[in-house]
Formats: sequence, C-alpha cells, structure tokens
Amino acid sequence: MIRVRIEAKDFGAAAVLRDIALEVPKGEVLAILGPSGVGKSTLLRIVAGIDRDFLGRVERPEALAMVFQEPVLLPWRTAAENLTLVHPALGRAGAEAALARVGIADKADHFPRQLSLGQARRVSLARAFAADPEALILDEPFASLDEATAEEMLALTERLIAETRAATLFVTHSEAEAKRLATRVLRLAGQPATIVGAAEEKANGRA
Amino acid sequence: MSKALNPAAIRALSLTALLFVWIVAALLTADARVLPAPWALVQPFAEALASGKLPYHLGMTLWRVAWAFALAMAIGIALGYVMGRHPRIDRWLDPWLVVFLNLPALVLIVLCYLWIGLNETAAITAVVLNKIPNVATILREGARALDPSLAAMAEVYRMPRQRRLRHVVLPQLAPFVTAAARSGIAVIWKIVLVVEFLGRSNGIGFQIHLYFQLFDVGRVLIYALSFIVVMLFVEWLLLQPLERRVRLWRGE
Repeated sequence: MIRVRIEAKDFGAAAVLRDIALEVPKGEVLAILGPSGVGKSTLLRIVAGIDRDFLGRVERPEALAMVFQEPVLLPWRTAAENLTLVHPALGRAGAEAALARVGIADKADHFPRQLSLGQARRVSLARAFAADPEALILDEPFASLDEATAEEMLALTERLIAETRAATLFVTHSEAEAKRLATRVLRLAGQPATIVGAAEEKANGRA
Repeated sequence: MSKALNPAAIRALSLTALLFVWIVAALLTADARVLPAPWALVQPFAEALASGKLPYHLGMTLWRVAWAFALAMAIGIALGYVMGRHPRIDRWLDPWLVVFLNLPALVLIVLCYLWIGLNETAAITAVVLNKIPNVATILREGARALDPSLAAMAEVYRMPRQRRLRHVVLPQLAPFVTAAARSGIAVIWKIVLVVEFLGRSNGIGFQIHLYFQLFDVGRVLIYALSFIVVMLFVEWLLLQPLERRVRLWRGE
C-alpha cells in the first residue's frame, strides 16, 4: 500500500505540486499521465523517498523498488553484481534466477557497457523485481526504446507485476502504455500541478 | 612506409638517444669534473652501493616519500570530497586552496623548518602541505561529477552507507584518485629532495647537497639517477598496473 499526501512542493520560488492525494493498494497499478515537465518525475521522487523536501506525508512499504527512465546500473559491476549489491540476500544463484526471469541469464557476467540498451533495461527490471517488492515505482521505463523493444519490455513488465502483485505507481506520457498496464489512471496538469478529473477506473481491471 | 615500432622499442631507443647526447656532451666538455662520461660513474656507483650508503639514503628518501604521499592523499581526498559535495564549505575553503596552490614549495619548507624545527615532522609536514591542495583540487572535480541518478538508485534501494561508498562512490572517484596519485608521486619526491637538501642529515637530497659542496658532479648524478630509476619502477610496477585495474570495467 502506498499512501501519498503532498500539500506543497516548490523548487525555490516555483510552485511545482499542490494538494495531491493518492492511494495505491496492493495489486493495483496506478498510472499517472501528464505532459512532460508537469512534475510527474518530481512526484515519483517524493514517493520513492529520494526527495524529502516537501510539505506532506508519504507512507510506503520498506520493500520498495524503482525503475528509472535510464537503466541506472553501476557500470563497474557486472549484471549479476548489480543485483546482489542491492539485494545481498539474493546471492549469486538468486541473481542468476532473476536475470533468467527477464530473459538474459547468459549476460550475468557482462558489464553494463557490454549490453545493449534493451538488455540494460532488463537488468534494471530484474533488479526491481528480484526482491519481491511490495511497492513498485516506474518512471517512464519504456521511453527511448524502439517500438519492438518497448513492446517486449511492456509485456515483460506486465507479467512481473502480475507475479509480484506489488502496489505499482507508473508515470508515463503514453496513453497506450497507461491503458495497457494500469488498473486506474490519474492525470496531472496545471501549474502548480494537481490531479485533474476523477480517476478513470478500468472497466475490467485485472483480477 | 616504415614499419611501425612497438612502444617499448621506441622507449628504449629514445633513452639510448639521451645517453648518446650525454656521451657527446661529455666528450665535448672534456672535463670529467664538469660532466663525466656515463662509464666514469660505474666505479663510484658500485662503491656507493657496496658501502651501503646509496641504499641507506635511498631508503630514507623513499620512506619520507611514502609517508608524505599517504598523508597528502588521505587528507587531500577527504578535503576534496567534502568541498565537492558541499558548495557552502567549498566557498569558504576555496580561497585557502588558491593561496596554498600558489605558495612556492620553498616558502612552505622554510616556514615549516622555522616554526616546527629542523626535524622529521617539519620535513613531512612541509611536503604534505605542498601536495594537499593539488590532490584536493582534483578530487573536488571528481566529487562534483558524481552521478546523481546513481545516488538516487542507492537511496531507493537503501544501500547501507559503507556499501554505497565502496561500490557507488569510490569507483566514480577512482580515475581522479589515480590521476592525483600519479601527479602526486611525481611532485612529492622532488619536494622531498628539496626538504632533505635544506634541513635533513640523510636522504638523497642531503647527499646531493653534500656532493654539491664538494663539487662532485659524478656523485650528484649517481644519487639523482638512482632515485629516478627507483621512481620509474614505482610508476611502472605500482601505479600503471593499478590504473589498468581501475579501468578494467571500461574494457570494450
């Protein structure tokens, strides 16, 4: 369960977010749509606990994972080490299993520089899902991928979310991605940004 | 087209050419007191080695270099990191850095001897103070260039402080640390010689001072060249392999 109440978030004199309240129960995928620059990433950084300089309150589970816009891997550690350094409990075998789940078991000993962008994204997905997160934050994880790769990643992410049933908060500017992954869609707009319009429940959300 | 020589061959040829220049200059001077020929140094070199004087003074200098190097690197890295991460501290300390960077080594050495006394502490302190601003400046650049997205990742996944330092921060600083180490060791041993020249009773710098007063060019050259050779080995056997290891992950 993620519970967010942001009264205000400013960058210096610029007001960025105002009066945002949202809840994501376990098993639900909430997509937040909005034009670029509106403050979607700022919202996610607050929810993830990276940005603590705001007025309000965020409740989130301990086991939280995030997939960033870029893969954000440690380039000086191998794919497997990138997983075990973040989740030491996995061990080598656990890391290999996690990489197998995203279809790149054979890349365990490759350094990120030796991977294609698509493969690096898979490592980043494996890192997020490896420790069975209770909450998951996705920050435009399919941006800057070609159509075929984006589709593969989307299908993979869909499967992994269904497996872990984590409370998922997902930011995107693509309606299609939101419709595909989310059980509920919210829109962020305005300046400072607030949530506009009622939540659009998906007619037959995933069971 | 000429066949390309490998780098090692070029290095050897280049050194041979330098030796040749020395021989020609020695022949032209025709005065062994001003510039002895290379082979005229072999006998006194063997004597200095056999008597144990050369190894002793070499050892003393190396010992001072090692101490000064370790202290300057440790303090310089910590200072540079803090300055790079905290702009407010940086604004306060930056003028100090500029002052110390522009203070001639000689002035610091003389002042240390005057204030602390003609002892080992003063000698090492003088060298360390000379080198810290340099290391700090390089490391400050490194700390400024730390990737914020990696920091965010470490934060989200709650990596413990020590693991974060070792696996996220230090690898990013490594190229800056090796750069500081290489330029550091080159500068430090030269300053150590000056420190010994001015106020110590052993070490290569002291021996050079001694033979300078005796106008013994040959022995000045023997002590200087021996130490250069030692430092080249430090560079080849210690620093370069270390640098290669640090760069391993960039391998294509």
